[in-house]
Amino acid sequence: MFDFFFNLPIFVQALIKGLAVIMVIFPIAGACSLAERKVAAWIQDRPGPNRAVVPWIAWIPFLGKFLQRLGVFHVMADGGKMLFKEDSLPGHVNKFYFIAAPILAMIPALTTVTVVPFGAYITGNTVVPLALAPLDIGILSVFAIGSLGVYSLILAGWASNSKYPFLGSVRASAQLISYELSMTLSVIPVFLWVNAPGREATLGFARVVEFQSQPGFWGGAWFGFLMPVSAFIFLVALFAETNRQPFDTVESESDLVGSFHTEYGAFKWGLFFVAEYSHMIVGSAVFILLFFGGWNPLPWVPLSDVAVWLHLVDQPVILGILSIAIFLGKVLGMIFFFMWVRWTVPRFRYDQVMKLGWQKLLPLAVINLLFYAVVIAFLQK
Amino acid sequence: MFNLFALLVVFGAIGVVVSKNVVHGAMSLLVSLLGVTGLFVLLDAYLLAFVLLLVYAGAVVALFLFIVMLLDTHGDQRPGVKHLPLIASVITGALVVVGAASFIMHARLPEPILANVPVVGDSLKHYAYQLFTTYLLPVQVIGFLLLIAMIGVIVLSRKHEEAAS
Repeated sequence: MFDFFFNLPIFVQALIKGLAVIMVIFPIAGACSLAERKVAAWIQDRPGPNRAVVPWIAWIPFLGKFLQRLGVFHVMADGGKMLFKEDSLPGHVNKFYFIAAPILAMIPALTTVTVVPFGAYITGNTVVPLALAPLDIGILSVFAIGSLGVYSLILAGWASNSKYPFLGSVRASAQLISYELSMTLSVIPVFLWVNAPGREATLGFARVVEFQSQPGFWGGAWFGFLMPVSAFIFLVALFAETNRQPFDTVESESDLVGSFHTEYGAFKWGLFFVAEYSHMIVGSAVFILLFFGGWNPLPWVPLSDVAVWLHLVDQPVILGILSIAIFLGKVLGMIFFFMWVRWTVPRFRYDQVMKLGWQKLLPLAVINLLFYAVVIAFLQK
Repeated sequence: MFNLFALLVVFGAIGVVVSKNVVHGAMSLLVSLLGVTGLFVLLDAYLLAFVLLLVYAGAVVALFLFIVMLLDTHGDQRPGVKHLPLIASVITGALVVVGAASFIMHARLPEPILANVPVVGDSLKHYAYQLFTTYLLPVQVIGFLLLIAMIGVIVLSRKHEEAAS
């Protein structure tokens, strides 16, 4: 089976790999919408979606009831509704950009996935990361492509040609650009640290994870513990970049109806929705790679140790799946954290968002960078 | 692939100049920049490509759109082109075309030997090293230029506010 795969033309191989990753991301993004409702219900102490059920599954004695309570059929019902609903095109919109905006929302969200490594296997003594395109400048490309996501919001709001979407898109462009600065500054200490003198310089993620799986107390510590301020700034900026509460002034239903997607319905709206969750998944993955050890199960417990304990060193496939499972588990944990924060911290006002970004987070990020630059210069002399 | 990206660059650039709607113009600029990014990727200059994407496509054009939206909400039509600028730009364009044509036809450039070309863009370390040694002065000068521009903007907008109040 493996020979067959590796004998395929390289283009077909790449296509299959890409489709495989998208086929994981897309259902997770869909399942997140259910998880969102269930977590919200759980936090607010109510049952959440628990009614929809397909009749012949309801006949299964125990499982049917369980699936109904879990609300899995609500996702399918939602998906079906979005597909079959009338895809209305309001008369007052700019048609080209109105249709282009949801597509533009999906492209960056799915493109950033390509450079994010999601697992690893071991051959000999080296840990080989699994990624679609292990670029040398991984983090830069994530930021670069991720920053294109703002166009979908701007264009959606502008093309809708009505007041609330327009206000939302102006907010979106200001907010995303403001927090990109702090986000970029907050990861520089990590890469200063991993690009120790005498090594080939890289901005890729694999090296960052490699550094977090070294033996010893300092080597095995995740960067989240070594650089808590960086991790915190990155996390706050991530919430702002993905337009999640408490930073969802862009979308805020209470004062802007639905902001940039007010005029959208059916599948075009669904694309925005999936794009938001894809951004969350990729953002969480980057956060975990940089600050929480990537595919290492626990701090001070690297994947290679686990492989030795479980006698999996010679079995790259099983180990690869295990590492992907660990990584995905962490990502899902992060997404739960996103939802948890949503029901804990109330939404900021727009001026508070700007004040926090420019007057608090940005100076903090600069000071943090200077501090770590000095410390790292001393430590790695 | 080169032809595709080159077409994107050229048509994007033409779109910026020709389009009457300001938002169309900004989006054409974005397409053009994406084409340039593609060209850089073809040249294996990934760093340059993604920095271009990050800075220009990701931030500068987004700011353009932001400003456009703040100024006129509907991306109003530009005023028609006046005669004198039209004539001037046609002449300039013709001169550029003539210059480029004569350059292509008559230029005698030394054939670069690939082995002797200094490799700068292939690794981050080389790139950073060159940036902070050979090209330090240009980088500093550009930095100061940008600083001056920023201070200028602050001064101008402050005065405007005082006059208004």
